[in-house]
Amino acid sequence: MFVKQLSVFLENTEGRLDEVLKILAQGGIDLLSASLADTMEYGVLRLLAKEPDKAKQILKEAGFAARIDEVIAVVVPDAVGSLAKVIAMIHAAGINISYIYGLSLDGEGAPIAIKTNDNAKAEAILNAAGVKTLGMEDLQ
Amino acid sequence: MIWNEAKECMSRDELEALQSARLVKQVNRVYHNVEYYRKKMQAAGLEPGDIKGIEDLDKLPYTTYQDLRDTYPFGLAAAPRSELVRVHASSGTTGKPKIAVYTRRDIDIWAECVARCLSMAGITKDDIIQVGYGYGLFTGGLGAHYGAEYLGALVLPMSTGNTQKLIDMMIDCDVTSIACTPSYLLHVAEDLEKAGLVDKIKLKSAICGAEPWTDEMRDQMEARLHIKAYDIYGLTEMMGPGVACDCEYHKGLHIWEDHFLPEIIDPATLKQLPKGSDGELVITNLTKEGMPLIRYRTKDLTSIEYDKCECGRTMARIQRFRGRSDDMLIIRGVNVFPSQVEAALLTVEGTTPHYMLVVDRIDNTDTLEVQVEVAENFFTDEIKSLEKLSKTVHDKLKQAIGLNAKVKLVEPNGLEHFDGKSKHVTDKRKLYQ
Repeated sequence: MFVKQLSVFLENTEGRLDEVLKILAQGGIDLLSASLADTMEYGVLRLLAKEPDKAKQILKEAGFAARIDEVIAVVVPDAVGSLAKVIAMIHAAGINISYIYGLSLDGEGAPIAIKTNDNAKAEAILNAAGVKTLGMEDLQ
Repeated sequence: MIWNEAKECMSRDELEALQSARLVKQVNRVYHNVEYYRKKMQAAGLEPGDIKGIEDLDKLPYTTYQDLRDTYPFGLAAAPRSELVRVHASSGTTGKPKIAVYTRRDIDIWAECVARCLSMAGITKDDIIQVGYGYGLFTGGLGAHYGAEYLGALVLPMSTGNTQKLIDMMIDCDVTSIACTPSYLLHVAEDLEKAGLVDKIKLKSAICGAEPWTDEMRDQMEARLHIKAYDIYGLTEMMGPGVACDCEYHKGLHIWEDHFLPEIIDPATLKQLPKGSDGELVITNLTKEGMPLIRYRTKDLTSIEYDKCECGRTMARIQRFRGRSDDMLIIRGVNVFPSQVEAALLTVEGTTPHYMLVVDRIDNTDTLEVQVEVAENFFTDEIKSLEKLSKTVHDKLKQAIGLNAKVKLVEPNGLEHFDGKSKHVTDKRKLYQ
């Protein structure tokens, strides 16, 4: 039960972020969360949207390089040390985390997105420990 | 297929006799009809009678781009105005264009030369060919067009600028061959792939020219489009495309020596070099009437092979161009040809050949930035794989040109894609002002 993350390659130039968001807005895309990983020259914008496939198509047509990947949306309980426990479980299973970032979703707890080198195994471990994860249907 | 076996497979003795006779005739023609040439020959203490055959070629003065400028537009015309039927001009970046004028016979010979090239690429009157060169003053469009018609193929004069229409008609009309620049064909391949239409085309061959390209580019277009690609060479000053072309053995470009007399010179000493030497290609028009050029310095650096080719043709073969002397960059004292950068980039998986070299001089040190498009299929959501791509490009370039370049990854289609000749260099140093 993963969520689809839309990522977009952006040159680190003035107005690029503005442009990509405008194009998505014009296409009627409902964005749920946004995160930007940046370097000196370029960045990768990671988005959760209600209609990720449609969003990708819109961006492709506008000439952007965009792709969809599955990430685990983990609902971290709102208590001290909860995130540390989640990460520790994944680490203990020998799974590598590629990146994590916070999601700004409505609802309980503090949702985060996690990309690992073995999403299925990581999610199974978390679910077995009673940690809730979200699927696309939870985003609608 | 050999279009004109009597000429293309002539013995060296017969060919040299023909070349000598034609050279003598040509020298007489320009001496008597072109004041500029007459004065040049007189200044060199020459009379037409001093040239008895190709063995006397090196007595004649060279013709350069500067001569074309000085005589612009019709100062080198060797036929009366009433016999001239067409003008072409090259895309000069500065000042006046390089111009060429043709008689009816020149146009016919040109068409035959192009037909020989197309035949070499296996094209026959049963083929349907799209001409994707610009039609107009540029020789590419009309040159390829007349040659293909002369051959009897069905020609679609697409010109440049509307790739969508080119692709639509390529599919609708069962097009089997295309003539265009190699970079444009790769651009077409990209669009076909994006639209998932590669298996819908009937293309078998491509005749690419008007800009230097690499074996890596040939491999790419052949693999991506399932075609055979051939290199056609020409220059406006001599005629246009069709001066030379490579056969299926790809052992160099067969130059039509019955019309174009090639030689290799040392660009520094300006001395003719023995057969087989590396140097600058110099060509003499043996049959052109409109504006024949004598010993024109092409600035293309290469060598010529004279042994008989496996294809059966005896016409000499111009070897891989090592660059054009006017294309060469000197960066921190290192000679860099954009073609070297292109070859290096093509060995990096995930990059398309779209790139731009930006040369600058900051604090008295030359800087080289190489902007490379990240192909869509290489883009990932992880920064580390993009950083790895950047480093791979850097290392490949270091290997190829010996320079540490700053690599900048840019968005796919972030660099201008040109339908005609590619612009790959921005030199901000203004070294020549």
